[in-house]
Amino acid sequence: MTDFDPRQQASIATVTDQVRPVSIGAPVSALFFIGDRAAFVGDEETVMLVASDGDKTAVTVHGGAILSSASDGKRLITGGDDGKVVALDAKGETTVMATDAKRRWIDNVAVHSDGAVAWSAGKTAFVRAQKGEEKSFEVPSTVGGLAFAPKGMRLALAHYNGVTLWFPNMAGSAQVLEWAGSHLGVTFSPDNKFLVTSMHEPALHGWRLADARHMRMTGYPARVKSVSWTVGGKGLATSGADTVIVWPFASKDGPMGKEPAMLAPLQTRVSAVASHPKQDILAAGYDNGTILLVRLEDGAEILVRRDGGAPVAALAWNAKGTLLAFAAQDGDAGMLAL
Amino acid sequence: MSEPTADKIPVTVLTGYLGAGKTTLLNRILSENHGKKYAVIVNEFGEIGIDNDLIIGADEEVFEMNNGCVCCTVRGDLVRILDGLMKRKGKFDAIIVETTGLADPAPVAQTFFVDEDVQNNARLDAVVTVADAKWLSERLKDAPEAKNQIAFADVIVLNKTDLVSKPELTEVEARIRGINPYAKLHRTERCKVALSDVLERGAFDLDRILELEPDFLEEDEHDHHHHDHDHHHDHDHDHGHHHHDHEHGHGLKHYHDEDMQSLSLRSDKPLDPDKFMPWLQQLVATEGQKILRSKGILAFTGDDDRYVFQGVHMMLEGNHQRKWKPDEKRESRLVFIGRELPEAMIREGFEHCIAA
Repeated sequence: MTDFDPRQQASIATVTDQVRPVSIGAPVSALFFIGDRAAFVGDEETVMLVASDGDKTAVTVHGGAILSSASDGKRLITGGDDGKVVALDAKGETTVMATDAKRRWIDNVAVHSDGAVAWSAGKTAFVRAQKGEEKSFEVPSTVGGLAFAPKGMRLALAHYNGVTLWFPNMAGSAQVLEWAGSHLGVTFSPDNKFLVTSMHEPALHGWRLADARHMRMTGYPARVKSVSWTVGGKGLATSGADTVIVWPFASKDGPMGKEPAMLAPLQTRVSAVASHPKQDILAAGYDNGTILLVRLEDGAEILVRRDGGAPVAALAWNAKGTLLAFAAQDGDAGMLAL
Repeated sequence: MSEPTADKIPVTVLTGYLGAGKTTLLNRILSENHGKKYAVIVNEFGEIGIDNDLIIGADEEVFEMNNGCVCCTVRGDLVRILDGLMKRKGKFDAIIVETTGLADPAPVAQTFFVDEDVQNNARLDAVVTVADAKWLSERLKDAPEAKNQIAFADVIVLNKTDLVSKPELTEVEARIRGINPYAKLHRTERCKVALSDVLERGAFDLDRILELEPDFLEEDEHDHHHHDHDHHHDHDHDHGHHHHDHEHGHGLKHYHDEDMQSLSLRSDKPLDPDKFMPWLQQLVATEGQKILRSKGILAFTGDDDRYVFQGVHMMLEGNHQRKWKPDEKRESRLVFIGRELPEAMIREGFEHCIAA
C-alpha cells in the first residue's frame, strides 16, 4: 500500500528519468563514495563498488555480517561479526586492519581524515594512527557510537549515560559528558564546537564542548538513525520524523532555545538524510521509498525516486557533489548525476 | 507498521538460578535433531562448552528508560545484538537468550515492549525457567532472584527430580505453585523435556491467550475435586512443620508465599471499558514495580469482541482478539503475579469497573 500524494505525483519537479538504476541484489545497510565509485555496504559479507557508468565490482570484506562502516572518501572501513576490521581502497583492494583476539563483534568503526582508524568491540575502543601503534581504552558500558573530532587526535565514545572524550595521545585525560540514557550514534560538528548523540529513545542530545552545556533535541516519533551536517556545519539534518528536521548550529549557542526547521513533509517517516557537500541542498529518503532533493532555504523539492519501494536505507553524495547514490533496504538502488 | 507475527524471529529466554541446569537444557535444544538453527546469546561468564555456530556473548547491560520510571529497564546489549543478528536473517530460525543465574528476566522482556526495531523483527516467545528440585525450596528463602525467575516464568523445567524423594518433589512443586500457578511445569531429569514444551510457546502472543486457568487444574483435572482436602497454608518461617507427612495421595499442598503471590480476578458481568482502561493504566503506573506479569481476557459492555492484554511491570499491550463464540461464557479474567500485591485495593478497584 502506498500513500497517494497528488502534489508529489503531479506538480513536483522530477528527475526520476535521469536516475541510473543499480541492482545490488542483496540488502544494503550503508553507502559511501570512495573517489567517484559508490560503495554499497551489504548486510552480509560484500561491498558492491559501482562506477558512475554503472560498472559493478563486488568485493567480499567479511565472513559474516557487516556491522559497522565509515569512510573518509578515500577508503571504506568496515567492522564485522567475524571480529575483523577491514579497509577497502578505491582500487577495490582490501586489507585486514585488525582481528579481535576474542573474535568479538566489531560494533563501530571510525576514520579520521589523517588516516587514523578507530573501532570498538564491547566496552573497548581501539585506535591506530596511520603509522602508529594500536591503543585501547575501556568505557563503563558497551560503546554505542564512535567518532573522531575533526581536529586533533580526539575520539568521542558514546555509551550508557553519556559520552567519553578520549585523547589517545595524552594518558589519563579522558573527559566524560554525562546524560542519562543509552547513547548510540555520535558526531562532532564540523567546526569542533558541538557534540551530538542520537539516543535509544527518540531524541538527540548535544553538548557545547566549550562548557559542556546541554542541548536537548526531542519530539521525534521514532529513533534518529541518520544525521548529516549541512554544508558548512550550519545545521544538523536528521531522520526520525515525518519531515526532515534541521537543527540550527550556526550561532554559538547552537539549537538552544531555537526551533528546528521542518522540511519536506510526507505522510511517512524520513529514514535517511545526506547533505550536499557544497550547496544548501539535502537528499532525504523515506520509509515508503520516496527520495527528494530539498533546498534548505525555502524547502523546495525535486523528486528523485517515487514511493512504493522498500524503505530508503542510505544516501550519499560524492565529494564534488556531482553524484547522488541511494539504496533501499532490499538492495534496489540508483545513481543520479547532477 | 509492524510485520505479521509469523515473519518475526521467535526469541526464547532461558533463566534459572546458578547450577539449575540452564546449560544442560541449552545443549539439549541445540543437539536434538530438529533441523532448526538457533542463534544463541549467552552471558560472557558462561563460556562453558556450548556447541553452536551462531553464539554471541552478551554483557547483560541494563539501562533505565528516560521516562522517569525506575522499573522501565531495558537490555541495551540485546537491542544491539538483535540488530546485528537481523543482518543474517535466513541463517537461523530462532534465538535463545540465556541469562545469568542472578538475572531478573524483566529487562529482557521489556526490551520487546519498548524497542521498535526489536518489535518489528523479533517476538518474545516465552520465559523458560530451569529450577533445581533439590535446592529450589532453599533458594526461594534466601535468593530473591530465584523467586523472581519462578514468578516470571511461562514454562518451568523442574530439573534433577531424580535427586529428591517424592514428598520433597511435592513440596517444591507446591512452593512453585504458591508463587506462580500459571506457568507450565515439567518435571525432568537432566533437563529431558520435549522441545515443543519449551520452544514455540507463544506465551507473549496476544492471539494465544486462551484461558487463564492455573496449570495444575488443566493438567490434573481428576485431582481437582479432592484438592480441597489438602488445603494447607504454610509460611516460610515454620518449615520444620512440613517434615510431617502431609501428603494425601498425590494431591496438592497449598503454600502461600509471604512476598510473591498471584492474584486472580473474575467477573461474569461485563466491564465498562471507560472505567477499566484508566483503572488498569493507573494500577500499573502506581503499582507496576510490584507487578511482574499481568494478563487478562476481558468482556466489555456492548462489545462482541474478546479483549486481551498482557503486561510486564508498567508496560502493557492489548488488543481485540476475536469475537466471543455464541456458546462461550462472556467472563472477564485477570491474573497478576507480583510482590506484595495490594490485593484488597486491586479487588476493590476491579469491582468498580463492572458496568452498572
